[in-house]
Formats: sequence, C-alpha cells, structure tokens
Amino acid sequence: MQIEFGTSESELPRSVRSPVCLANMPLDAAGPAIEFRDVSYRVGDVQVLVGLNLQVVRGETLVLLGRSGSGKTTTLKLINRLILPTTGEILVNGQSNANVDLTRLRRGIGYVIQEVGLFPHFTVARNIGLVPRIEGWASDRIRARVQALLQLVGLPAEVAERYPHQLSGGQRQRVGVARALAADPQILLMDEPFGALDPVTRDDLQREFLMLQRRLNKTVVFVTHDLREALRLGSRIALMEAGKLVAALTPQEFVKSSDPWAAAYVRAFGDGLQSAANRGPS
Amino acid sequence: MKLIEFILQNRTQVVDLTLEHLWLVGWSTLFAMLIGIPLGMWIAHRPRWNKPVLGSANIIQTIPSLALFGFLLPVPWLGERSDRLAILALTLYALLPIVRNTYTGIRGVDPAVVEAGRGMGLTESQLLFHVELPLATSVILSGVRVAVVISVGLATIAAAIGAGGLGEFIFRGLAMVDNRVILAGAIPAAILALLADFGVGWLERRLRPR
Repeated sequence: MQIEFGTSESELPRSVRSPVCLANMPLDAAGPAIEFRDVSYRVGDVQVLVGLNLQVVRGETLVLLGRSGSGKTTTLKLINRLILPTTGEILVNGQSNANVDLTRLRRGIGYVIQEVGLFPHFTVARNIGLVPRIEGWASDRIRARVQALLQLVGLPAEVAERYPHQLSGGQRQRVGVARALAADPQILLMDEPFGALDPVTRDDLQREFLMLQRRLNKTVVFVTHDLREALRLGSRIALMEAGKLVAALTPQEFVKSSDPWAAAYVRAFGDGLQSAANRGPS
Repeated sequence: MKLIEFILQNRTQVVDLTLEHLWLVGWSTLFAMLIGIPLGMWIAHRPRWNKPVLGSANIIQTIPSLALFGFLLPVPWLGERSDRLAILALTLYALLPIVRNTYTGIRGVDPAVVEAGRGMGLTESQLLFHVELPLATSVILSGVRVAVVISVGLATIAAAIGAGGLGEFIFRGLAMVDNRVILAGAIPAAILALLADFGVGWLERRLRPR
C-alpha cells in the first residue's frame, strides 16, 4: 500500500495549524526539549527507575529500547505526568513539568499508545477533533483541521464519518497519530504504537512515520522492544535495562557497540542489522 | 370472565390506583437515579469507598420491606404523609442496582481509552462526561431497569402503610379472601413491570455504544 502524502503541516493555513496557545510553556529553543534529572520511580519495594539522567534534543526521535519491565514505558509516562517521579525532576521545554498546568502540559504533548484508545462512541472526526472542540474552536476550523490531519496520516477523507470499530488495525493507529497531532504539539510520545500490527502494515507505518517526521520535525520519544524498529526510526537509541539507562547511542554506534547489553541485543536480533541502521525511508 | 367484569366495573379505581402506583415508582426511581448515579461515579474513582458504599446499599436491600416501612413510620416529617415514606423506602431499595451498575459501567470502560483521554489533556470531569459516562450509559440503564422492576413489585406493599397504589386491591383481596380483587391489583402491577422493563430496555439498546 503506497500512500501519497498531501499537505505538510507547515503548508497548512495558519488558522488550522496551532490550536494550543503555548503561553505557559515558553519554548527555550536552545535547551533540550525534555530533560530527566536524577529521576527515580518506586512502587512499593520495586525500584522501577533508578537515577535516570537523560536529555532529549529538540527535533530528534529518541527511541527507548529495552525488555519488558525495563522501565521504558514508565519513563515515557513521567514526561506527560501520567505518573509522578519518586525523586528527581523532569523538565519539559526547560520548565519542571511539576510546575506547569497539567492540562496545558498534556495538550502540548501528543500521546500515542499501542492499544490506540480511540473513543469507541465517537466518529473518527470527533476523535481527532475532541481537543480542538474542547478548546472552543469554530466547527469549520475543526473540520478543516480533521481533513488536513487525515490527509497527513494517509487516510481518505470519507474515513472521518466512520466509527473506530469499522477500521482496520493500521487505520486505527493512523487515526491515533492524527488525534495526537490535533493540537499541534511540539513533542510526541509513542508507546509501542506499531507493536500490535501485522508486519506488512507495521512496515508501511514505519516508513510513513519517517516521512512524516521529516516534514513535521517534532521531538519524538518512542518506546519499543524491537531493535530493528529502533534502528530504523531512531536518531538516538536509549537502551534501558532493569530501570537503568545503559547507553544512549546513535543507530550506527549501537550496532558496533561493545557495551554488553547492546551487544546482547544485537546478537539476539541476528545478522543484517548494519543495513537496518540506515536512517530514512527505504 | 368474572375477573374481567370486576375490573371493568371498578375501572376508575383501577386507573386511579395504577396512577398512584406510577407516582410512587416514578419519584422513587428519579430520586434513586439522582443519588445513585453520582454516588456510583464517585466510588468508581475512589476505590477505597466502593466496598463501604456498595456494602451499605446491599444491607438496605436485605431489610424486609414491610419492616422498613414500619421502621420509618415514627419518623416525624415522613410519618405525616405515607406516600413520602413509601417513596423514601422505595428509593433506598432502588439504590443498589443503580449504584452498582454505574460503578461497574464506569470501571468497565477500556483502560486504554481512559489513558489516551488523560494523555490528551482531558480534565477528570471532561473525561467523565465525554468518555466514561457515555460509554457506561447502557450498563447504568440496565441497573435502572432492574430498579424499576423491583420498585413496581415493592410498591404494592406500600399499601400496608396507606400509601395507596395497586397494593390496595391486593391487601383488600387478601382480607376478603377474594382472588378477583387480588388479581385486579396484581395483573396491572405485572403489566406495569413488563412495560417498564421493555421501555427502559429499549432505551438501553438505543444508547449502547457501538
């Protein structure tokens, strides 16, 4: 399935572009988009994250790679404050995310999860347009925005009036991405978004993600346990193991790394990874 | 045939008592919804409270109805008008199914949907009114349906304290040892229960999320 992309975000009419006023979140263009400072997270006696220090550079795709239970999803949820750290702080756009209004913070950060979580009682158009509607946009403007986003994620316009149960898994995930982009956030958090898809659809969506990311230049934090996906999509890979950050490397460095955990990962995924580490749509 | 004749001869009274019956059931169901739905929503978000609240509603349910009517009789403002008292008692009985189904309905919403909503920056009340309540509506209504059917049956006992309703015929018939009189109350009550069951069931299907 070859998808043609229409308008890029920057070509959209201004009125359709930026729904969320970012007044509360000054863009500190020089600093990192996201920064973890000595962050630990504990549930009862279980130390889920230990002393995490990590910076996410503006416009990069940072992949959090690790096994189940390594703390990668926890790391992601700390960013939009779905969970609070036990110690340490997380800076988003240079400001501790504990001091920012929660609703503002989250509307400035797109969030995509594996189960998608589309609202089953809303049409695709209402799913995508929910936040703009709550923000009080005029309905024509919402409609234009929804159409632009559907085009952006490679879905035909008529999908707008369908319900989530009438879509395929791949289409649902595209809608999930469109919904996360509705408020034009600068940061996108993606938690194994393509994990539940069949290999062919996953390949399509990965390719489209790369094309999309070239146009939109969002700061993306992407969780996966799939090394191939990490090498293909990431500009940097943060490898996590048992609640600790083991290494943060570019894909090229990762495949050659002598770090035992990274090497174990590369071994587990076998040959042919060198070629997978080339960035760009294949 | 004698039964039908009896009902026809007393039709004005049958209609009056049916209306009284509806009055009792209608108000008590309305009150139970006004209390039970917010209460169910509340305990769905505060896990610590779900056991005490559902437990209390359960205990109320186990009190024999005649005894509950009797207990409430000496209460000052209530005792003056027996229909007030009957409505209060019926409200208490209708609470359990409504609270429990509201709780179950909201807890049953797919956690991924709730997490996605929260992650998008919906406030807790936006989440409740745009997502959780609409998705729980059909489950809540099936609780209302059970509550209405229970109330129609229980309201017949309200006649014992003089609150009227179709129970008048039933108690009178028992005293007179006359089945026709009993059935003149019981049959309309059964029809009411079936109609209510059907009506709310229809609404429930209409509002079911796809």
